[in-house]
Amino acid sequence: MSSINLNAAEQPAVYEVCDVTYRYREVTALDHLNLAVKPGRRVVLLGANGSGKSTLLRILNGLCFPDEGKVHFCGKPLTEENIESDGFGLEFRRRVGLVFQNPDVQLFCPTVFDEVAFGPLQLRWPDEQIRRRISETLGMMEITHLKERSPHHLSMGEKKRVALASVLVLDPEILLLDEPTAALDPKSESHMIDFLVRSKGGGKTIVTTTHDLDIAEDIADDCFVFHEGCIVAGAPPAEILSDLSLLKRTDLLHSHLHVHKSGEVHAHPHLHQHQE
Amino acid sequence: MAPRNRRRSGFMERTAASFVDALEHTFYAEETARADGLLQHLDPRVKLLGILALILPAAAARSFAVMGGLFAVAVLLAAASHVSFGVLLRRVWIAVLLFTGVIALPAPFVTPGHVTYHLPWLGWAITSQGLESAGYLVLRVETAATLCVLLVLTTPWNDVLKALRVLRVPVVMVTILGMTYRYVFLLLEAAHDMFESRRSRMVGELTGRERRRVAASSAGVLMSKTFDLSSEVYLAMQSRGFRGEVYILDGSRMQSFDWIMLAGFTLISAAAFWWGR
Repeated sequence: MSSINLNAAEQPAVYEVCDVTYRYREVTALDHLNLAVKPGRRVVLLGANGSGKSTLLRILNGLCFPDEGKVHFCGKPLTEENIESDGFGLEFRRRVGLVFQNPDVQLFCPTVFDEVAFGPLQLRWPDEQIRRRISETLGMMEITHLKERSPHHLSMGEKKRVALASVLVLDPEILLLDEPTAALDPKSESHMIDFLVRSKGGGKTIVTTTHDLDIAEDIADDCFVFHEGCIVAGAPPAEILSDLSLLKRTDLLHSHLHVHKSGEVHAHPHLHQHQE
Repeated sequence: MAPRNRRRSGFMERTAASFVDALEHTFYAEETARADGLLQHLDPRVKLLGILALILPAAAARSFAVMGGLFAVAVLLAAASHVSFGVLLRRVWIAVLLFTGVIALPAPFVTPGHVTYHLPWLGWAITSQGLESAGYLVLRVETAATLCVLLVLTTPWNDVLKALRVLRVPVVMVTILGMTYRYVFLLLEAAHDMFESRRSRMVGELTGRERRRVAASSAGVLMSKTFDLSSEVYLAMQSRGFRGEVYILDGSRMQSFDWIMLAGFTLISAAAFWWGR
């Protein structure tokens, strides 16, 4: 069991996750987990594959509900009943957006334009407002030229940008990103990181899951480390990244063979961080 | 993707190649739909109604001249829309001739009427009424199929689906068809990758039993992937506010060119009905 709050004394939390357990049949994905996310913070959930990060994001997005424990969103319980109610449910969907790890899951409409229009249409925005917001969002994500294209014609990087646009069009206050840089080529990855870096100070609360240590410090104010369904550490990213024994214990630090200039070939755990 | 001209002897090769062919056909259709032609400039709703307005008199006409005239209109529309005659010949005209030809083949021999010819050796009688019936059938189907293919080749499929709204097809049906169209490619690619990866690890020919086993297991895996995908997609829809009701954005506004063409289609249709009675 873990209980970690960063800056707990400052402001009321957007999310309060209290003693949450979630199981996929016999497999425990989250084990008595506690977490508080403060408004306006950029939070990174670091963890190896299968550590429970994505499950937590789905719970935070009200797509699944804990077997034990409670989640509060802005002080209100995040329950199935509340999510299905017209008032809270619609308001929650407008304020919280989730970008899935696999963009093919999220891009279910025939064209990029339809995809970006889907969220506002569900919230019954007026047509003119929808068209204006779509135009702004496509421009912001630099994908206006793709608007009539079918998702199956897009590259992975373009799909990820469209998936992000389909959520940003609602201008959510809270953005949940599941492995936003996974399977991207370097250019697409840098686009995504640029977006996350630029979002600092923009007022949005951003929760990002990743196992990419290289980007954590750039895109996060707070960092939580997941291991086997528990949070084992919570601190500013620099502190987490300097704790090599923690990273090794949680399978975040890898070692692979590499060649030195001298010609020596060996393997040891190391980070790929840029020097100032 | 596999090169098109490779030898397609094995079961794996043929299956993988058929996936590639399906994708290539779609890419060709989407390329034609983006061409700078007459039909491509038309509002999809006008195109749908106009093509229907031409198909109906073609199906009802009892005159070769009228049916020939409607077929000529279809050919002119194809030319003005930069649709290749080679593609129409291969995909429509020959295919329809073979298919309906088989259906129409007995008509000249079994339809009672004025005998115009006797087959040598067999001595079977061919009647003029029978020839006329067979000719009507083939020409009707050729005209209707050409018009339908023109609609599909000159309109992105998504626009065809949206245009169905003018025929009062429910929004939920249009949305389901759109999503089906979206995911059929993903699953087609998944199936293609499955067959390619299996092929890359295979040596020699499969026996009939092994082929059936491979086909069944591949279908099972694909079905399982489809179920997983559908539940994930449902969550993604819920995440963006889906609560069981589907809404779509109203389409674009009709231009004067669309109204002129709609009037043209209506006139041709009315004239064909009148003369083809």
